[in-house]
Amino acid sequence: MTDIREVSVDELRHLVSDRAMSGETMLLNMGPQHPSTHGVLRLLLELDGEVVVNVIPDIGFLHTGVEKTAESKNYQQAEVMTDRLDYLNPMGNNLTYCLAVEKLTELDVPPRAQAIRVILAELQRISSHLLWLGTSALDLGAMSMFLYCFRERELVLNIFELVSGQRMMTTFIRPGGLWRDVPVEFEATVRDFLKAMPRRIKEYDDLLEKNEIFLDRTKGIGILTKEDCFQYGLSGPVIRGSGVAHDLRKKQPYSGYDLYDFDIPTHPEGDVYARYRVRVEEMTQSLRIIEQALNKLPYGPVRSNNRKYVPPPRSEIGVSMEALIHHFKLWTEGFTPPAGHVYVATESPRGELGVYMESDGTARPYRVHLVTPTFVNLQAVPVMSRKHYIADLIGIVGSIDIVLGDADR
Amino acid sequence: MIDAALIWEWIIKSLILIIFLTVEFMYVTVYERRFLARIQSRIGPNRAGPFGLLQPAADGLKLIFKEELIPANADKFIFVLAPIITVIPALIVLAVIPWGEAMVIFGRQVNLFISDVNVAVVYIMAVTSISVYGITLAGWSSNNKYALLGGLRATAQMISYELALGLAFMGPVVLAGSLSMVDIVRAQQGSLWYVVLQPAAFLIYFFASIAEINRAPFDMPEAEQELTAGYHAEYSGMKFALFFMAEYIKMVAISVIGATLFFGGFDGPFVDQIPWLGPIYLLAKVVIYLGVLIWVRATWPRIRYDRLMQLGWKILFPLALLNVIITAVVVVLVN
Repeated sequence: MTDIREVSVDELRHLVSDRAMSGETMLLNMGPQHPSTHGVLRLLLELDGEVVVNVIPDIGFLHTGVEKTAESKNYQQAEVMTDRLDYLNPMGNNLTYCLAVEKLTELDVPPRAQAIRVILAELQRISSHLLWLGTSALDLGAMSMFLYCFRERELVLNIFELVSGQRMMTTFIRPGGLWRDVPVEFEATVRDFLKAMPRRIKEYDDLLEKNEIFLDRTKGIGILTKEDCFQYGLSGPVIRGSGVAHDLRKKQPYSGYDLYDFDIPTHPEGDVYARYRVRVEEMTQSLRIIEQALNKLPYGPVRSNNRKYVPPPRSEIGVSMEALIHHFKLWTEGFTPPAGHVYVATESPRGELGVYMESDGTARPYRVHLVTPTFVNLQAVPVMSRKHYIADLIGIVGSIDIVLGDADR
Repeated sequence: MIDAALIWEWIIKSLILIIFLTVEFMYVTVYERRFLARIQSRIGPNRAGPFGLLQPAADGLKLIFKEELIPANADKFIFVLAPIITVIPALIVLAVIPWGEAMVIFGRQVNLFISDVNVAVVYIMAVTSISVYGITLAGWSSNNKYALLGGLRATAQMISYELALGLAFMGPVVLAGSLSMVDIVRAQQGSLWYVVLQPAAFLIYFFASIAEINRAPFDMPEAEQELTAGYHAEYSGMKFALFFMAEYIKMVAISVIGATLFFGGFDGPFVDQIPWLGPIYLLAKVVIYLGVLIWVRATWPRIRYDRLMQLGWKILFPLALLNVIITAVVVVLVN
């Protein structure tokens, strides 16, 4: 009758301590179906009462095969997959992928397209941080924050829908520029958003910043030192919360980030609270960048004129034989970049997102490898959460802002 | 003098109270969901019936038709018994609460309470303590580690808060000079409400009672984000509904007790002339009290388990003790 098979402790012998084997500590399987593992992360916990002795993260439950699939698609098609990678940062993923393709093919991107890319990437960063803020506050039990953050995230998604027709899987940024120019309402809509956000961010502060319980749950929890950050190769808000002012937008400016004036918020404490502050302050900085980019948004084309890589506009196809041939070639065979390999990294909301691309001179990439921040940052979970309570572990996992689509590719 | 009519009166009053509590449970869920929704800039359930008023009926029906799962390795007897142990104390605790002045119904003098026990406060303490057994046993018998952790948390939490709660009761008791709820209400009719005379006791009662009924921000035993659902993780169908019911009835119960001890119970303007205003005043106070509980849930994050223990033992308990001593000294000196 009872043929329910539990994972026997023997199978885990190499992972856990002797105390767990003797039954002195309890092994608890948290996830992959658990409300606070943000998708399908599995954590094997070794507990001494309520205190976490050890955490063994187990990933791979959301393996999508994006990297492998990209090898059998041509360059334009493979981009669609990057939307699904880190599903809270599709614009940023598109941007990174396109930057890699552009570096490989030495394509130039017109300034208007670059500015719009920055605006969209920063909007995406705000929406990702909002979702992080909502879910991680919910992890600590502050349920209203979740809905307030989703209310504002909706505004960003509406802007994406306005420009691309899609709310999440946009594929709006294309190699050589953008899919099309933004509609006329774009500027006014974004300005409305810019006007509304500072007051909303203050509202979140009022709810959390002055709340004793929230401070108690976040300050001094999950401390990560600078040395740990370097040793594990972490990036993004996680290291900025440990006092490392590293941001690829400043260190290796791409897509014209050097034109804008913004700060890198850092906090030296390295705890959950510091990471929370960093993300909230980053939202304000992103608003600053968007405003500057909107103010000096140049006019002009949004796509490169290089017809070997970028399809001609619809209006040209009817009148120009060459344009028709280019269009046909690009949408049947795809384009063939020269053989070689490139690595491009951008600052995603979670950290360094890199695309390594190797071309063998055919229309399909030989290899696309994605260096994703969640995968790297997840390594730090055991270091941060040992000797903390289960309740803190939830906060710590939330504080590194994991997106499992990003970890399992 | 006990005659047949009196026994019938008790039975009818008990039935009315239990039906009232069950209905109240249903509508507290709607109240909570709608109020939470307004706080969170949502609309809340508004599809079933006018203003979503039939929502609890729909939920109840759904739960009745759910499969009653019992985990293979669970202790079946205790597993079934646990929700019953939890829900019965919640239903009987309000027997000692006075709902209003005595009224004349069909030519008969009817007191608006089931019984005026002279140790009502002790009765309340005793009965509410029983329900923790249900939660602990549920956590233990489910054979689920999350449920076990939830059950353990519940036990520790109850022990830590029972003391502070009991001592908070002592404030009004010392002032009124009686353990009977009726006398406490009468004493408040003569003077100010005890929330003014005993603010510290009220605050201690407020927090300790939230911890007692496992409501946010002290909902450790069922912390969804940590223990998935804690002690009722393995329960489904009507057995789950019973836990749910116990939780909401206890919420009503602490509101009624709080309103009676600290806000004058059925006391209010003109209640002497028009006795049926009594239950209305009490209900209004309860609705406001429930609103505050919901508001707290919407706003505050969950306290960590060890902090909860600290708060209970290191802050609330000494404060409550001090409050009782000071109250007693003042009462002796004034009299």
